[in-house]
Amino acid sequence: MPIPNPEELKTRLEAALPGVRVEVFPNPAVPAQSSLLIAPAEAVAVAKFLQDEPQLRLDMCSNVTGVDWPDREEKVKVKQLVDGVEKEVEEVRRHPGCLEAVYHLYSVALKQGPVILRQRTANRTDDTAVASLTPVWRGCEFQEREAYDLFGIRFTGHPDLRRILMWDEFKDHPMRKDYVEPDDYEYEPTPHDEVLDRAKAHYPAPEVKA
Amino acid sequence: MSDARNQLYQIRPKVAPDGAELEGELLEVSMGPQHPSTHGVFRMDVVLDGETVVKLKPVFGYLHRNHEKIGEGTSYLSSMPYTDRLDYFSSLTNNWAYALAVEKLSGLVVPERAEYIRVITAELTRLQNHTSLCGFLLQDMGALGTPLMWAFREREKVLDLFESLTGARMMCNYMRFGGCRCDLPPGWLEQARKLVDEYPRFLGEFEALLSGNEILMARSQGVGRLSPELAVSAGVTGPMLRASGVDYDLRKVDRYGIYERFEFRVPLGDHGDVFDRYMIRVLEMHETLKILRQALQQIPEGPVVDPKAKLRGFRPKVGESYGRLEGPKGEIGFYLISDGSANPYRYRVRPPSFINLTILEDMCLGRSVADAVIILGSVDIVLGEVDR
Repeated sequence: MPIPNPEELKTRLEAALPGVRVEVFPNPAVPAQSSLLIAPAEAVAVAKFLQDEPQLRLDMCSNVTGVDWPDREEKVKVKQLVDGVEKEVEEVRRHPGCLEAVYHLYSVALKQGPVILRQRTANRTDDTAVASLTPVWRGCEFQEREAYDLFGIRFTGHPDLRRILMWDEFKDHPMRKDYVEPDDYEYEPTPHDEVLDRAKAHYPAPEVKA
Repeated sequence: MSDARNQLYQIRPKVAPDGAELEGELLEVSMGPQHPSTHGVFRMDVVLDGETVVKLKPVFGYLHRNHEKIGEGTSYLSSMPYTDRLDYFSSLTNNWAYALAVEKLSGLVVPERAEYIRVITAELTRLQNHTSLCGFLLQDMGALGTPLMWAFREREKVLDLFESLTGARMMCNYMRFGGCRCDLPPGWLEQARKLVDEYPRFLGEFEALLSGNEILMARSQGVGRLSPELAVSAGVTGPMLRASGVDYDLRKVDRYGIYERFEFRVPLGDHGDVFDRYMIRVLEMHETLKILRQALQQIPEGPVVDPKAKLRGFRPKVGESYGRLEGPKGEIGFYLISDGSANPYRYRVRPPSFINLTILEDMCLGRSVADAVIILGSVDIVLGEVDR
């Protein structure tokens, strides 16, 4: 029995778990790999359902990763009444950004998949929490740590949320789109060209006394 | 941590023969990153009670170069040579997995001959990867020299084939979206057939000397057991998963490429211990040779790349794709998000050896340090892929 398509899955999820809202995130390039957007508060319940449902039995979480969607501005032309005359006015619409955690689930028992889950954070700055699915699938443990390390997504309920690839003292999250690497990121014994210019800003050359 | 792993962190009370309680102390040892048994710059923070491992935390990142960020900064094609550097033992399967994800995204069709070449090169990759792993594993167990030298002698022959086909022994950079970079050079197929015909002799020799070896069995049987439930839940894939008795081989499950045309079996383990993991790899080599024999016999003439594929100005449609295949170490996958531009918006590698390390601690707890070394050896990691 093949895996149901995302629309069908959404209906089944919403029927089985009252109060859960699922949104289908369409994928124009590979329609079979469309994903389900779920709310962090309901993520663990949805995950447990997908794992236990006898027709799905998604027992393996193959891939966990983050995606960064920065804030973006869109210029739209809107018709507006200005002094009684209809005019085209340019308006800037702000789309707030978010961080996304993406999970690719497969069923080893029934040899089918994938079902793709997405969770979104509220914003990219102070509220970057989503629910950890490590209690459901152990395979998320290191991969969620990696998403935390590189994207700054905080997984609530993760047993051991620490940096994994970068060192513990590292401050930023390098996979974010707006990450700027520090000027003195790599030590150069004899800085030259751009590196020299940037190095000067940090280490002013000692004055040479005549 | 809420699970049972935590309970072991306490010192077991030691009792002297006369009944007096002895004081004990835990010892924290940092194994690596320059330890010869860690297969690269990998560190394990091990807490020991006597010689028994009570806690083990792997530490990664010494080789981290943010492969994914580099991939987002360059065009789709420019990432192809970078994929060689992930798991540098099996660059051709990395190439294929990446090409598979991009082909899914862009709808390119791979010509028949290119599919055969892909299967042949991927299976040769698996052959040399498993051969060298068996050598390394025995080296870890203390069989210094002979097995590894033998394995590398055979691996050289496969690498010679890669060199004559792709120009490089390890960093092959051979697959392209919609096919392969170039056709086989004249006489290559004969050489490959010769290698496939001669390989069983080496395998027989290797097995006669080692598989029934008493020391190998004593060191590896019952060591590092992994239950099938935990293996599946932890996302363990490849020979590791099959050694635990779970029948899951992407060549059979996903039937990517043209694998449904070949007759081969999927060997499964019984106990999920180090010995099973060793044995699975030996048995898989025999199955790989079966696939190779069939593919080398059936390979047709024809073009090796989709005429619609273009090298310059390649811009796939907006969308995302996840392509995965059965690499020698497990499921290697690529997750791509395209925003319609020349660079991928998101480029993610699903590294099998990184995820297979999730359960390293579970397998090592309660075993000795010497066992931890061979358990790590049986996972088959490559740090280029773990750290990315």
